[in-house]
Amino acid sequence: MDVITYNREAADQTPSLHPPYGSSVARSPRQPLVRIPQTLTETTGPGAVWDRLMGPAMQDLTTQHKGEPIGQRIIVSGRVLDDDGRPVPHTVVEVWQANAAGRYIHARDQWDAPLDPNFTGVGRVVTDEQGRYRFISIKPGAYPWRNHKNAWRPEHIHFSLLGPAFATRLVTQMYFPGDPLIPIDPIANAAPPEARDRMVSRFDIETTQEGFALGYVFDIVLRGRGATPFEGQP
Amino acid sequence: MTAPPCKQTPWQTVGPYFHYGLPWKGAADLVAGEGELGARLDLIPEGHYLLGADRAERGVAAGEVVEICGSVFDSDGNAIDDALIEIWQANPEGRYASDADPRAHLVVDPNFIGFGRCSTGPDGVFRFRTLRPGRAPGPGNSLQAPHIAVGVLGRGLLKRLVTRIYFEDETSNADDPILALVPETRRSTLIARRDGAAWRFDIRLQGEAETVFFDI
Repeated sequence: MDVITYNREAADQTPSLHPPYGSSVARSPRQPLVRIPQTLTETTGPGAVWDRLMGPAMQDLTTQHKGEPIGQRIIVSGRVLDDDGRPVPHTVVEVWQANAAGRYIHARDQWDAPLDPNFTGVGRVVTDEQGRYRFISIKPGAYPWRNHKNAWRPEHIHFSLLGPAFATRLVTQMYFPGDPLIPIDPIANAAPPEARDRMVSRFDIETTQEGFALGYVFDIVLRGRGATPFEGQP
Repeated sequence: MTAPPCKQTPWQTVGPYFHYGLPWKGAADLVAGEGELGARLDLIPEGHYLLGADRAERGVAAGEVVEICGSVFDSDGNAIDDALIEIWQANPEGRYASDADPRAHLVVDPNFIGFGRCSTGPDGVFRFRTLRPGRAPGPGNSLQAPHIAVGVLGRGLLKRLVTRIYFEDETSNADDPILALVPETRRSTLIARRDGAAWRFDIRLQGEAETVFFDI
């Protein structure tokens, strides 16, 4: 069966091995990837079934517990597009992050910063017809890690997207503009510099809500698809 | 209005703390979608595991139930306990529960979505409960052997690694158009073996018998 295929991974996409990120060394393949044609397996994916699969949306991370979390309230919004410039509607956007002090609600995060009983830091929204999404959260703090001497991760929010097909999966991290830790972070810099900057959100006064929260805009670009079925693959 | 950005957003690792962000309760049980299979409640404090809490009721999917388990090994042969496996597969008829599968004459079981997630446990093992998939079409007029698409994520993995699970007792493996593209000496890394009542599929990220990963 001929299928309409998705664009291949961009040449400037992050490599699996980036030695400055120490744990990538033992966890990345050394054999070349085997290139295969996209079949129905790769061009299909779960559709608008997120509620049944994962549960209802969680678009406000500041109202998940009894009290209000500490920190700078933010509204993060943007569009999910593909690399042909088309919006990606009805796709699930999953996010997770540290609290305002830079601490994750996770047993393995044991550094000396306070947990916030009113903040878990997990959310999930679905894009609308135009590929737009929006959620409310708290600006995450930076946190130390043991990758190298005096290593600190820049403030970031983890983003997970499925897109329309198995082939369009993306997990990325959203950074904040002007963060001095970005240029020296081994994970952000696993992507080439120009590509890296696509992960930095921008402050936006239009989506900033008076007396309530700062607005940050982060557009995300997935793999798009060629217009015509590709005959006689591979 | 500025023109929309049209270059792909870079991949980043899920890091070590994805367990309260990605694997919802029951994510590794594609048959009934119940219970806690796939999640790591041991890593998240009481009251903070919010994933999959209010899922809508789902019926039980019909078909041959298979349990697939395995470990993800790093270059030193250590089973890693902070990986996340995702799977996507056809139903027993070989149909994908997706609008992008045009074969409307094949029935979609409303109780079978075919997408699942599983964290590796404290013992480094992942475990899925799913249905044995049927054969889906391949390129041209070919038919693929029953298989499950696999994505491997985790701390230290800057981007997803993609592989496939095939079943050792399928005679159609010999005609599978994707397996045919894999050097013969490495094909065994894509084959799940019977292990008691379950199927075993280990993933080796690097080193001897490194699993075949695909560029899709």
